[in-house]
Amino acid sequence: MSDIYTNNYVIVAIFLILGVLLPVATVSFVGPLLRPKKPTREKQTTYESGNIPVGDSWVRFNVKYYIFALMFVIFDVETLFLYPWAVAYKELGLFALVEMVIFISLLIIGLIYAWRKKVLEWN
Amino acid sequence: MNTLLQQAPSWGTTLWFIIAAVLLLAVVLGFVTYAIYFERKVIGWMQLRIGPNRVGPLGLLQTVADVAKLLLKEDVRPQHADKALFTLAPILAYAPAFAVLAVMPFSESIQFADLGIGLLYYIALSGITVLGVITAGWASNNKYSLIGGLRSAAQMISYEVPLVMSVVGIVLLTGSMNLEDIVKAQQDVWNIVPQFIGFAVFIIAAQAELNRTPFDLPEAESELVGGYHVEYSGFRFAMFMLAEYVYMFGMGALITILFLGGWLPIHPSLDFIPGIVWFILKFSLYVFLQFWIRATMPRLRVDQLMSFAWKVLLPVALFNILLTAVVVSYQNGMF
Repeated sequence: MSDIYTNNYVIVAIFLILGVLLPVATVSFVGPLLRPKKPTREKQTTYESGNIPVGDSWVRFNVKYYIFALMFVIFDVETLFLYPWAVAYKELGLFALVEMVIFISLLIIGLIYAWRKKVLEWN
Repeated sequence: MNTLLQQAPSWGTTLWFIIAAVLLLAVVLGFVTYAIYFERKVIGWMQLRIGPNRVGPLGLLQTVADVAKLLLKEDVRPQHADKALFTLAPILAYAPAFAVLAVMPFSESIQFADLGIGLLYYIALSGITVLGVITAGWASNNKYSLIGGLRSAAQMISYEVPLVMSVVGIVLLTGSMNLEDIVKAQQDVWNIVPQFIGFAVFIIAAQAELNRTPFDLPEAESELVGGYHVEYSGFRFAMFMLAEYVYMFGMGALITILFLGGWLPIHPSLDFIPGIVWFILKFSLYVFLQFWIRATMPRLRVDQLMSFAWKVLLPVALFNILLTAVVVSYQNGMF
């Protein structure tokens, strides 16, 4: 049993390493042998449809993105709780259903609140 | 593969796993090459054009020529870019797209890792791609790519919520997150029938996760030039494109496994046809659907896109979970 377990994660590790290796090998090792390298100042300027860029692009941006990121964290963590519940559901019986209805309704209240506060509008 | 998995881990078995993984990588790269070719061909036919037909017979070598050209292009890195992150971003985008394939059972005999948490593994790793996108947008130090990167990130995280919720119904029905168990549980009826709401939510959210029409705003070439990869050229750019199509391969395989019965035949009397053929047929159907949608649908507006995820898909996915839970308890005689 533990052999299968180890083997499975060996495979996962191989896939991860292979996934990193392909871009690294092609971009850093095979690429330089094939492609030209003639950097000039003009070539390395930031592209802005021909205009000379004004200022930096590392600026503070719209707070809206953070609110969506927060909403994502809340609902994604909720789903993490839903998965073990779903796996064990058939053994747990009616109690689990009632529990989860309460849990989901709390989150629906949160969603309605965000909705009423017009957080979900994008303008 | 199954007998290999049972053996004690050693360098010998590891070598076999490496060979198998490299073979799968070759298959995936072949798929990407011809998915791009057929995408252009199919959309061409739908628009009464011929599509690529110059490079090689019937244009079959078109993508090969494109990749070779990208490999020969100079690797331009803007002077003001963040060097380390600029290099890291394509790897962050590509590696998880390939690593998720480790848990896919393609048929009864062709499968790699048989994780008990296969579904969770897919969801967890596919989330990393967002990091690649946002890193690329930020590191380029370009206004277009910053806007494109943040928009992509907002879109991808918004649609990830309904995506992961829509499969809870399947876990409820199966009682397992192992992808092989999920396929075997579909012996009588494919999940697309009892989980139709989940399927509808999943397929829409998957479209947004893949950044494909009608949710291809991150690429919005008419307004953002190219989105988060404006400053990328040569093979770094190719890595983003590759990641997109490898991710499409993963999503197609996942939809086939979760909803379309994986390698199971359409009717038990047809099981003399090998499982992998059924898998490829169902998988190709999904890939064709992608091209069809791209040729048909216009792009959504950004505000419609965000409110659709939160105001329509999320409540529907939650409703689906509750409905499935009630039905499952009723079937098990809990009421």
